[in-house]
Amino acid sequence: MTRWAMVADLRRCVGCQTCTAACKHANATPPGVQWRRVLDIEVGEFPDVQRAFVPMGCQHCDEPACVAVCPTTATRKRTDGIVTIDYDLCIGCTYCVVACPYQARFKTPLGQFAYGDQPTENEAFREDEARREVATKCTFCVERIDSGLDKGLKPGVHPEATPACVNACIAEALAFGDIEDPDSNVSQLLARNQHFRINEEAGTGPGFFYLWDRKRDAT
Amino acid sequence: MNANPLQRLQTYWDWRAAGNFICGGAGAGLAVVTTVHAMDTPGARWIVAAGLALVGLGLFCVWLEIGRPLRALNVFLHLRSSWMSREAVAAVVLFLLGSGLVLGMPWRAWPTGIAALVFLYCQARILREARAIPAWRAPLTLPLVMLTGLAEGIGLFWLLAAWLRPEAFLMLPLAGMPIARGALWLVWRRQLERRASPVALRALDRNGRWLLGAGTVAPVTLAALGASGWLASPVAAAALALAGALVAGTGAAFKFCLITRASHHLGYSIPRMPVRGVVHTASH
Repeated sequence: MTRWAMVADLRRCVGCQTCTAACKHANATPPGVQWRRVLDIEVGEFPDVQRAFVPMGCQHCDEPACVAVCPTTATRKRTDGIVTIDYDLCIGCTYCVVACPYQARFKTPLGQFAYGDQPTENEAFREDEARREVATKCTFCVERIDSGLDKGLKPGVHPEATPACVNACIAEALAFGDIEDPDSNVSQLLARNQHFRINEEAGTGPGFFYLWDRKRDAT
Repeated sequence: MNANPLQRLQTYWDWRAAGNFICGGAGAGLAVVTTVHAMDTPGARWIVAAGLALVGLGLFCVWLEIGRPLRALNVFLHLRSSWMSREAVAAVVLFLLGSGLVLGMPWRAWPTGIAALVFLYCQARILREARAIPAWRAPLTLPLVMLTGLAEGIGLFWLLAAWLRPEAFLMLPLAGMPIARGALWLVWRRQLERRASPVALRALDRNGRWLLGAGTVAPVTLAALGASGWLASPVAAAALALAGALVAGTGAAFKFCLITRASHHLGYSIPRMPVRGVVHTASH
């Protein structure tokens, strides 16, 4: 079995938002919609303050809240763990949006472009009305993964089969791969480093892991 | 008090979504109260019809909100786990049974009441299953939303039936429902203290003052006066109707607040901050 997952090394992320831009470029999302974004989080009080940049998006959960609530079956989970949306089934009720513990889903109205109601030349070229007025979210660039696999490539290793945000990361903070494969890059990272998942108490079993320190006993 | 980063207010469910919970809850509550408690009241069938109309209005509000209204029938596709799908089915059953009752089949009274109660339960479960909103997913939100719907139903029943001069014994037992709603709200609010965002709690507190004062104490007092027999008939009817309007109005205001003002996201729990200055860990 395969379970695609993403790993973000919080020690390496510099908050440059290159992944955000790469995602936006790869998926042509409307203004205000960022499937991949990076949170800038500060905790503590002066002078004892810590700061972290936290890549965020759909966590492709084991038990996705969005799948359970979706009244149309538009949101589904594949056997490889990727959560998808059928834009032709979705009615845009946004129940999944308010149910998602990661604020990872969006719905945008028709005719909303970067500079008002008229699209730029590039927006007009890339506009997909099927993705308006319905729920959208990060797909782990599923088309790249599937087409890469068809070509015999390995997601997480070969850029052509790897999500755009991972390819773009200037600090190599993001990694993608199969956590069911003990030899995969993500499995190795998780084995060598201490990690957590966000909002685990929500019970969704997110497929996005955050590294925060190396394991002291790791070789 | 819980204050995670980025506990943003959701803005996707606005007055239209609130309208579904307000109208649907009140309409279903009115149908339950009338069919179970007061089918002997003059004009009871039309009161049930008013309840059904409210449920329909609530569903129309949802239809206004969805992005792809022409695909609305897809809402029935996920009965296996979605409470929104189940709500839609419950609404269909409620309309089928209720319309028969309105058209003169009295044996449908209890089934209609049960269907209305199921519809109300489905609505409350819709909120309960939204894992991202602490104010919705708190364990007591489900009974509170149901109780609010029933209380609104009682309020509307008073408002409509007061003028039909129903007997006091029909009115006084119902006064327990707004009291129960107020008491449950207090417990629910305490439960939320560690779950919801401070901004959501402030919104709920502002609304709660109205719910407890104008929605509990005042209407129960008015209903008791109206049913006491001390007042002239038109004045008693007006007192009951005003009590009903207060119960229903504060219930609607509570749901509006819950859906649109207190629906802050749970935020992000970051249990660890990164330890800086470590060796290169990416495996390339």
